[in-house]
Amino acid sequence: MKGNEAVAHAAIRYGCDGYFGYPITPQSEVLETLEALMPWETTGMVVLQAESEVAAINMVYGGAASGKAVMTSSSSPGISLKQEGISYMAGAFLPALILNVMRGGPGLGTIQPSQADYFQATKGGGHGDYHLIVLAPSSVQEMVDFVGLGFDLAFKYRVPSMILADGIVGQMMEKVVLPPFRPRRTDEEIRKQCPWATNGRTGKRKRNVVTSLELESSRMEEVNHRLQECYREIEKAETRCEEIDTDDADYLIVAFGSIARICAKAMELAREKGIKVGILRPITLWPFPKEAVRKAADGKKGILCVELNAGQMIEDVRLAIHDCIPVEHYGRLGGIIPSPTEIVEALENKIIEK
Amino acid sequence: MELKDIIKEENKVYSKPELLDDVHMHYCPGCSHGVVHKLIAEVVAEMGLTEKTVGISPVGCAVFAYNYIDVDWVEAAHGRAPAVATAISRLWPEDVVFTYQGDGDMAAIGTAETIHAANRGENIVMIFINNAIYGMTGGQMAPTTLIGQKTATTPYGRRVDLNGHPLEITDILATLPGTCYVTRQAVHTPAGARKTKAAIKKAFENALTKKGTSVVEVVSTCNSGWKLSPVKANEWMEENMFKHYPLGDLKVD
Repeated sequence: MKGNEAVAHAAIRYGCDGYFGYPITPQSEVLETLEALMPWETTGMVVLQAESEVAAINMVYGGAASGKAVMTSSSSPGISLKQEGISYMAGAFLPALILNVMRGGPGLGTIQPSQADYFQATKGGGHGDYHLIVLAPSSVQEMVDFVGLGFDLAFKYRVPSMILADGIVGQMMEKVVLPPFRPRRTDEEIRKQCPWATNGRTGKRKRNVVTSLELESSRMEEVNHRLQECYREIEKAETRCEEIDTDDADYLIVAFGSIARICAKAMELAREKGIKVGILRPITLWPFPKEAVRKAADGKKGILCVELNAGQMIEDVRLAIHDCIPVEHYGRLGGIIPSPTEIVEALENKIIEK
Repeated sequence: MELKDIIKEENKVYSKPELLDDVHMHYCPGCSHGVVHKLIAEVVAEMGLTEKTVGISPVGCAVFAYNYIDVDWVEAAHGRAPAVATAISRLWPEDVVFTYQGDGDMAAIGTAETIHAANRGENIVMIFINNAIYGMTGGQMAPTTLIGQKTATTPYGRRVDLNGHPLEITDILATLPGTCYVTRQAVHTPAGARKTKAAIKKAFENALTKKGTSVVEVVSTCNSGWKLSPVKANEWMEENMFKHYPLGDLKVD
C-alpha cells in the first residue's frame, strides 16, 4: 500500500485516540484512508477534518493536554502553519505525533518531493528553545513502524515527535507488515499514565493546568532548563541510524529518507567501478547521530551529503566531525530526484577528483 | 448581641463559591471578569460538574483564569480555544468543556475556529467577554470596538472608512445550525448577574445533554481601557454598548 495509507492503518492499530487533519498534497490519503476505514466504529478513534492546519494542530494540542494519543499530518506549507501549535506543545510538555510529508518550497512551492524542511524540523521550527524527536522513514514499512515509535517516544519523554517523510515515501507503494491491533488505553489507564492531563478532576484530585505561560523570569528559566535536560536525555538514549558497508569504505555518503535508498544503488555502481563507498543513514534527524557519524568518518577520505535540498543536514555532519575530512553536498531542488549515476558522478567530481 | 451570635450558619446570606480560589485576582477593580468567574464557579459546583469540567483559557486578560476557578484548564494559543475545546470534548465525551474568550480572541484572531466549532455543533460552551477593547495589551481597538470609540490604536475614534465595522460575532453564531443557544447578557447589576448565571447554567446543561454549541456573550466593562471609573464605565456601557449589542436571547432551541 501507499506510505500515506499505511500511516492511517498503523495509527488505528497502535490505538491512536484521535487524528485531526486538513487536506494538502501529497499527504491527503492519510485523512482519506482514516475516513474510509471509520475507526470510530471499531476502536473508537476520533477522526476530524479541521477547518485549517492551524485548527488541526490546536485540536492536537487539546487532545494531547487531555492525555490522549493524538496526531496530525500535513505537508510543508501546512506544517509551517502548525509551528505555533507545535511550539506551544513543546512548551507545555505534551506528547503528540506530527507527520510531515515534505514537498518543495519555499512558499506554495511544488507538490513534488523534497527534503527542504530539515532545518525547520530539527532546529525547532516555531519560536523558543525546543526540539522535536524527528524520525526519517525511508520505506513504507518505516512509515508504519515510526507511528508506534513516534508515539512511544513522545509519551516516554513528553515531547512532540515528528515523522519527517518526503513525497516519495508518502506516495510510493510497497509491501508492508502491519502491526497487530492494540486496544486503545482506557480512560482509567490514561489517568494513571498521565496524572498531569486535563480531563476533569476525577476523585477530587488537585486541578491540572496545561500552559506554556510563565511570567516570572526565574521560573521560566527553570522550565527551559527542564526542557533542555529532557533533550539531553533523549540525545543519550534515542539516537538511531543505519550503516551500510561503512567499515571497508574509503568514502561515506550520508543521506536520510528515501534518498538513502537511491544512494544505496549509487553505492553499488561506485563499488563496481572500484570506489569503496559506504552509507550512513540517520534515522533520528534530531537527535542527530553525531557519534555514529564521527566514528564512521574515521579514516575516510571524504563525505558526500546527498539531500533533496540546497544543503541542510550537511551542517550537522560538519559539526559532528569538526570538518576533519572534506564534506561536500549534492542536492536536487524543486521536486527533482537524482539518479544513482548522478550521485556517483557527484562523488567523483566533488570529493575524489578534488 | 455579640458578633459570635451573628456569625451562624442560619444567618449566612452569602459565601464565596467553593471553586473560586482564595487568591488575589490580577483584574482591575471594576472589571467584569471577576463577576463572570464567580458565576461559572457557582454553576459548575451547583451542577455537580467539578470532576467533569475542563476550561480553555484564552490569550488576553483572562489568560490566568486557570489560577482562579478550581477545575482543570488548558491555556490555548490566541484565538484557538474552540479548536482545543473541540478535541477534548470529542475525546472525553462525558466531560463538559467550556471556552472563556475575549473579543480579540473570539472575533479577530480566532474567528475561523469560533465559527467552525459552532458550525460543527460541538457540544461546548463559549463564554464571550465583549468589552470592545484589548485590555491586556493596553487598550487597542478590538473587532467589537464601537464606531467613534477612542482606543490606543484609534486615538481619534474608530472610523468605518479606516477600521471597518464592529463585528457582531454573536449574531453571526446565532445564524448557524450548530448552535443551540446564543444569548447576550451583562453583569453590571445584581439582576444582570443573576440572568447571566442562569444563561451560563443553561449553556452547561446543553453541553451535558449534547444539544450543540452554546454561546453566552457578556457585554462587559473595561474601565481601565475605557479610562473611566467603574461607575462611569457601567453608565457608558448602558448608554453606548447596549445600543449596539442589545441584551437578550438571540437563539433558544
